[in-house]
Amino acid sequence: MSEFEVLKPLIGGMLIGLASAILMLTKGRIAGISGIFEGILMPKSGEISWRLFFISGLIIGGFAMSFVIPERFDLMTNRTIEMIGLGGLMVGFGVHIGCGCTSGHGVCGISRFSPRSFAAVPTFMGTGAVVVYLTNQYIGG
Amino acid sequence: MQPFATFFSGFLFAIGLSISGMTMPSKVINFLNIFGSWDMSLMFVMIGAISVYSLVFHLIKPKLDKPIYEAQFRLPTRLKIDAPLVAGSAIFGAGWGLSGFCPGPALASALTLDERVLTFVAMMTIGMYLGKYVQPLIPKTFYRNE
Repeated sequence: MSEFEVLKPLIGGMLIGLASAILMLTKGRIAGISGIFEGILMPKSGEISWRLFFISGLIIGGFAMSFVIPERFDLMTNRTIEMIGLGGLMVGFGVHIGCGCTSGHGVCGISRFSPRSFAAVPTFMGTGAVVVYLTNQYIGG
Repeated sequence: MQPFATFFSGFLFAIGLSISGMTMPSKVINFLNIFGSWDMSLMFVMIGAISVYSLVFHLIKPKLDKPIYEAQFRLPTRLKIDAPLVAGSAIFGAGWGLSGFCPGPALASALTLDERVLTFVAMMTIGMYLGKYVQPLIPKTFYRNE
């Protein structure tokens, strides 16, 4: 059981919302991390450089924060590397077919009242909850 | 100025992810553990992000004819819920629950060079390409937005 918090998640969430709003007001784009990242993997002309700047900011920002608040980068779980690898494969496949992840559907889509995001968010939270339950049963977590 | 604004947006996104606790897979897993010892902390990430973003989207954006650096806003146009959307989201959620990572926090943690994060990002990349090659095989009748 992890520690229950309100203020840090709330402030962090507001900064995520602000960052996404800046991208919308400056570039006119949805801050969906999976979609922005995929546009680098599968590039279309004229569509690459802003994605590189955004993802660089995300990676370097995370790197900087790992020195400021290293305790927030505690990656220890009861998950094996095999589970993490298989999970990664499913995440990549799923976000491509399902057109988005936690940021694009969960933050931007819900805020825009997108019907597709209203379907996507309960779906991925629901299967996530079922898989966490089953995995914890299996490994006794 | 334009590249800086985009870089800053990504940078600020990572600051938000780390302060919120989204970069801790154990916390994410406990958040998804609704049927067990549920830690609902990360619900406040959604509340914070959606409140700020929806205010800007519905109050400030409508006052602008176009974004500051581009000729037009480019928003998703599809509205209908279809099988690929639901199936893809279901598979994403399952992978999220299995690993404890979703794309944003994994990329923000990439330079820790932890083997778990690097494995996740590498396999996620393979999964995205797999999705790109499998998607054309999905019968057109499953899509409702064309």
